[in-house]
Amino acid sequence: MRRRNKLTRDTFHVFQANAKNALRQSGQVTSVLICAGTGCIAGGALNIYENIKAECAKRGLAVYVGLKHDSDEEKSLHIKMSGCHGFCEMGPLVHIEPMGVMYIHVKPEDCHEIIEKTVIGGEIIDRLVYKLDGVAYPRQEDIPFYKKQHRVVLANCGRSDAEDIEEYVAKDGYAAFEKALFEMTDEEICRAITDSGLRGRGGGGFPAGRKWDGARKQKADVKYIVCNGDEGDPGAFMDRSVMEGNPHSVLEGMMIAGRAVGSHEGYIYVRAEYPLAVSRLKAAIALAEEYGFLGENIMGSGFSFHIHVNRGAGAFVCGEGSALTASIEGKRGMPRVKPPRTIEHGLWGQPTVLNNVETFANVPLIIRNGVDWYRSIGTKTSPGTKAFALTGNVVNTGLIEVPMGTTVREVIFDIGGGIRNGKAFKAVQIGGPSGGCCCASEEHLNLPLDFDSLKGIGAMIGSGGLVVMDEDTCMVETARFFMEFTQKESCGKCVPCREGTKRMLEILNRIVANEGTLEDLDLLEELADTITNTALCGLGQSACKPVQSTLKYFRNEYLRHVVDHHCPICNREKPHPVIDGEKCKGCGKCRKNCPMEAISGTVKQPHTIDPAKCVNCGACVANCPFGAIAAAKEG
Amino acid sequence: MKKENRQADAVRRIVDSYDCQQSNLIAILQDVQNEFKYLSEEALVTIAEKLGVSTAKVYSVATFYENFSLEAKGKHIIRICTGTACHVRKSQPIYDTIREYLALSGKRRTSDDGLFTLETVACLGACGLAPVMTIDGEVHPKMTPEDAVALLEDIRKKEDAAV
Repeated sequence: MRRRNKLTRDTFHVFQANAKNALRQSGQVTSVLICAGTGCIAGGALNIYENIKAECAKRGLAVYVGLKHDSDEEKSLHIKMSGCHGFCEMGPLVHIEPMGVMYIHVKPEDCHEIIEKTVIGGEIIDRLVYKLDGVAYPRQEDIPFYKKQHRVVLANCGRSDAEDIEEYVAKDGYAAFEKALFEMTDEEICRAITDSGLRGRGGGGFPAGRKWDGARKQKADVKYIVCNGDEGDPGAFMDRSVMEGNPHSVLEGMMIAGRAVGSHEGYIYVRAEYPLAVSRLKAAIALAEEYGFLGENIMGSGFSFHIHVNRGAGAFVCGEGSALTASIEGKRGMPRVKPPRTIEHGLWGQPTVLNNVETFANVPLIIRNGVDWYRSIGTKTSPGTKAFALTGNVVNTGLIEVPMGTTVREVIFDIGGGIRNGKAFKAVQIGGPSGGCCCASEEHLNLPLDFDSLKGIGAMIGSGGLVVMDEDTCMVETARFFMEFTQKESCGKCVPCREGTKRMLEILNRIVANEGTLEDLDLLEELADTITNTALCGLGQSACKPVQSTLKYFRNEYLRHVVDHHCPICNREKPHPVIDGEKCKGCGKCRKNCPMEAISGTVKQPHTIDPAKCVNCGACVANCPFGAIAAAKEG
Repeated sequence: MKKENRQADAVRRIVDSYDCQQSNLIAILQDVQNEFKYLSEEALVTIAEKLGVSTAKVYSVATFYENFSLEAKGKHIIRICTGTACHVRKSQPIYDTIREYLALSGKRRTSDDGLFTLETVACLGACGLAPVMTIDGEVHPKMTPEDAVALLEDIRKKEDAAV
């Protein structure tokens, strides 16, 4: 590796000015950005990247590596792998700047045409353009999915090469850190974060500034900064996208936190299921060290800071603060009794600031743009934006960022495009297994998404997963699903969570199987109350929220299970198998095997199934030697 | 050299690469599992000896985390995402179909021929592509039971051809 002189404050300014100049010049050249988030990579984005490069090589088009500098000779275009664009449903995505064109569902074989027609010819390929209700939206910013969003934290995700530190600096990266290092005292930084009203994005919404100031006031030689990237909530991937798409912003937030509380060491704890995030973070740390943003005596300020990456090993409970620090220490990830709080007694018993990925990514923006700017976005008690992962039965799934206080309706119908396949909206689960659901009532649809409004209806922002459910989803089954998840993930340390969730799951299983009674509903409520009030950690305390909120808003569905013993959704009649008259040779094997005597027909003539008698056992399907009987597909 | 010794040596090398630090236990277990696909009893004993902690302690950590397996696994590892987004887009039928295809029953997760191990994973964070499954870490988006079995058929054919 090239050895580089560590930046000082002066050389940083030179580097920054050059980078900005290079970015300006690069803006005049065509850039092809291929989304390289986990979603698009799964869709084949890496092949597209290779093909685009090959197409350029074939035509002798020279491609810039990194930004365009004065000293570089004239070349034709940039090809970049960027972070997640957010519109995962439409992936793989290819974005072309400065035209602002976005292509969806790109296949490797489309690359030839993209280079030929769009990059060289400036022509838009209609086939690859996003269309809605017959209207084509060639430009990304016009697409309704993006129009209502306000991208601040994710602004550079999807626009930048995540592994290019120069591009990050050109877009004002590390300027906030420099400001915090040389122009602010530790107290001033903490005050700025407190005044900004930044609240922890990991779920609870605890004011970050208070946490920082608390840790700052602790007298200890060693303090730690820990970043919680253990995004275990199924259905959420905001933090993954930030770590993959803009890893430097997370590092910068942690460095500023380190400076503010007097810590010299930080840890990022990432789920093992996010290998790409781990590798991007490690690459970003290596670059930051090479340039001297991390290490000893940073930019000659006398401040030193190091960051390590720890991989989780698949335990949901490790998203809880004290379990997470135990896991970093190499122990079983079990929560402990609080107090003492993490800011007093955290990692290795030292004062620790523990924030979530998105929270840290907000920090440089606040320091750089000021408290007033930050407070101008969002609501009074929940300033700023929030990233949500919009998934489930919604037309546009993907990663979104909206100002706090945006209503449920705007998110699901304006950005999400409504419900798939023309079905009706039933509910949205907010905050995963620790959150509650919102129903289709006017009151809920007009509910602003912020920390306090959601608490009011028994839900919580949690990590920010929004799972949309349509009319074909049974809410009792959904509650059972979440309880099964929490029960499996319960670490077993405290009795209420270990035993209570098990009993609740048993009851829910019974209810889903139509064997429950009305008393079971009371028992569920009682158990839920007990667990919520007595469990040791946040996981247990919030484990019953899905059950409580579905009992509150969808009680009629429970009643169908326990009173009618028939749920129109769960017990919907499945279509019966059908015999293909052309393939059937009339051998009679199916007739002999049918336990219900539902099949009739004469030898050597096509047989038929009587749907009134058929119980869908599948014996005929398995026994047909000619493959003439197709099992009915799940609707 | 005997196979056990080779494994013990490799385990020792991994522990050394983490400076025999006890706080790196999880990373050590991850590397060992990466190398041998599972954590054998011998490996756990070797790790405990090198770190100077009891085998019980290593065992307690290895059994706490979902990602660690104390049993040998098949050659190819299939993971079906059962996260919320995949669940509502019907991942369960995919799991059931593969279980049937591999003739797995009860607690068995590895097929008789030792070719496949079927697991579930809480969420891969690729919810936009739900339902998803991974085969040896490679993500396959928007699966159906039929597509999933077709993928396994392909692998099986390739393996048969290689023999």
